[in-house]
Amino acid sequence: MGKTLSEKVWDAHVVRTAEGEPDLLYIDLHLVHEVTSPQAFEGLRLAGRPVRRPDLTLATEDHNTPTLDILKPIAEPTSRKQVETLRQNAKDFGVRIHSLGDRDQGVVHIIGPQLGVTQPGMTIVCGDSHTSTHGAFGALAFGIGTSEVEHVLATQTLPQKKPKTMAVNINGELPDGVTAKDVVLALIAKVGTGGGQGYIVEYRGSTVEALSMEGRMTICNMSIEWGAKAGMMAPDETTFAYLKGRPHAPEGEDWDAAVEYWKTLRTDDDATFDVEVDIDATQLTPFVTWGTNPGHGVPLGAVVPNPEDFESDVEQATARRALEYMALTPGTPMRDIKVDTVFLGSCTNGRIEDLRLAASVLKGRRIADGVRMLVVPGSARVRLQAEAEGLDKVFLDFGAEWRAAGCSMCLGMNPDQLQPGERAASTSNRNFEGRQGKGGRTHLVSPPVAAATAITGHLSAPADLSA
Amino acid sequence: MEKFSRHVGVPVPLRRSNVDTDQIIPAVYLKRITRTGFEDGLFAAWRNDPEFVLNQDAFRNGSILVPGPDFGTGSSREHAVWALQNYGFKAIIGARFGDIFRNNAGKAGLVVGVVSEQTVDRIWDYIEANPGQEIEVDLVERRVVLADGTQIPFEIDDFTRHRLLEGLDDISMTLQHEGDIAAYEATRPSFKPKTLPARTADTVA
Repeated sequence: MGKTLSEKVWDAHVVRTAEGEPDLLYIDLHLVHEVTSPQAFEGLRLAGRPVRRPDLTLATEDHNTPTLDILKPIAEPTSRKQVETLRQNAKDFGVRIHSLGDRDQGVVHIIGPQLGVTQPGMTIVCGDSHTSTHGAFGALAFGIGTSEVEHVLATQTLPQKKPKTMAVNINGELPDGVTAKDVVLALIAKVGTGGGQGYIVEYRGSTVEALSMEGRMTICNMSIEWGAKAGMMAPDETTFAYLKGRPHAPEGEDWDAAVEYWKTLRTDDDATFDVEVDIDATQLTPFVTWGTNPGHGVPLGAVVPNPEDFESDVEQATARRALEYMALTPGTPMRDIKVDTVFLGSCTNGRIEDLRLAASVLKGRRIADGVRMLVVPGSARVRLQAEAEGLDKVFLDFGAEWRAAGCSMCLGMNPDQLQPGERAASTSNRNFEGRQGKGGRTHLVSPPVAAATAITGHLSAPADLSA
Repeated sequence: MEKFSRHVGVPVPLRRSNVDTDQIIPAVYLKRITRTGFEDGLFAAWRNDPEFVLNQDAFRNGSILVPGPDFGTGSSREHAVWALQNYGFKAIIGARFGDIFRNNAGKAGLVVGVVSEQTVDRIWDYIEANPGQEIEVDLVERRVVLADGTQIPFEIDDFTRHRLLEGLDDISMTLQHEGDIAAYEATRPSFKPKTLPARTADTVA
């Protein structure tokens, strides 16, 4: 019987296998950031161990970092300490780092693909759950905890129990105004936040094949939001074209050998998945969340649901608490929900295509009264690219703030935060209670919906705008 | 890692589902560079609520958490495990867990036992009928033992159980296979990328 894509990549990385033990997998790339690494480096220091493969390791600063005044020392002392600790660790252990102010700094999941160190068929880990992003290239990529970060630093391997396999078949042409973000939000609403637990997922079908690498990354990025171990997509000509000429892409004969190998990274026709899920892309509309987990999503044209519509007592209780936290009443049209803040950015939607899409909606318009909009490129290079295209002017003329790269308002760890009770339309990945700042209320949206919402002041799609 | 075989302590019913790791410890508390001191951030948004279960006298000193389904989903932060341990929790018994959280717990020495949702309901009812009464988490026999002698089996994978029982350090175990790692490395194709020497769009252009 044939193999699935994930089984091929898994099997190619098994260093050791033994009865009753997890497989020991070799890790091709280890991405590191300041929040989940200090205790791991300290563990190495205490044990007198080196980083086994600094040449397969890459660090950057993103979670704690401000997006204003980035060349000044970080004002908040504990954030500064954490970033300084990473710089010292990188120096002591010989790890490459792209620090604040560097042209290659940015959100860890944006810079890997951008530098071309993310490639098909690799195993990639990072102490960050959104590592699943890299699966868009046909890599097996997943988030790990700090103990595992230390393990990879010390051994370049990780013991892993082989997950089951799932296919998500997404077919059909996306209607106008519907993006990869809407696809994944609709998927999570369908399968639930625990729907992928224990599975490596392969997203496949004509919709996926038609997406750009940016769109593919958006879907893979949110694999963790429905509990999947990893999300993957088979590499194809779109993937190869994206990689060609990137700083760390193979060259010459290596390129030819690599492409030849990458072309084998497809699920065999006679392979089977443990589970399959089907999504009809032609039926999708812009999707937004109403509650406090990414599974709490509805079409923009729908209303806030009633907790009684949920099946189990526990889900009903969760929905009631979510509505209370979000200060929403069942039956309210989603389009009537007013926001204070719009956040465009993050490892989900902070790439150049996302900024272009939002700018195309905003161009020549003005931001709604009383709304603030933060536009935060996912990396310093994305920022430079956007400026070269004049997108910064579009955002500034519109009345938005144009910031430096980082995780920013995706998580309440740096100065960009919601105030208690503030409501945001956000292109990020999590609407958990307090995620964007204590007491903040988050509606997850796509970049076009974020842009249209900034224009009207309430949840909107570009199609709602008057000409 | 400390060995774990049996633990007797007060169970805490956390009647909530989808308690993600942002709820266990918000990002703003993740800035320490040590593995200790995270108890301040544990369930930070709820700790000021006098009704919150950990603010009730019977449960304040609890060491066995019994949460609703999908506990520990979301962010990979191991700080969530450390915060629970720093507070005094030794074991968690629940129906469904985020994969990364459960992995992290296993590495850090926090026992995570899986039971059915119905069993969680039963344990909640029992705890609330007997608040503050100690129960036993027995990793050797993979069971919870209530004060009335009722035994409730839980699941934990063999390898994690073995490591917890013996207090084994993963890295030392893996380094025993250094020969296998080196042999694998020798077979890696030359087109696989290296981060060093560093190349960027500037150096390439």
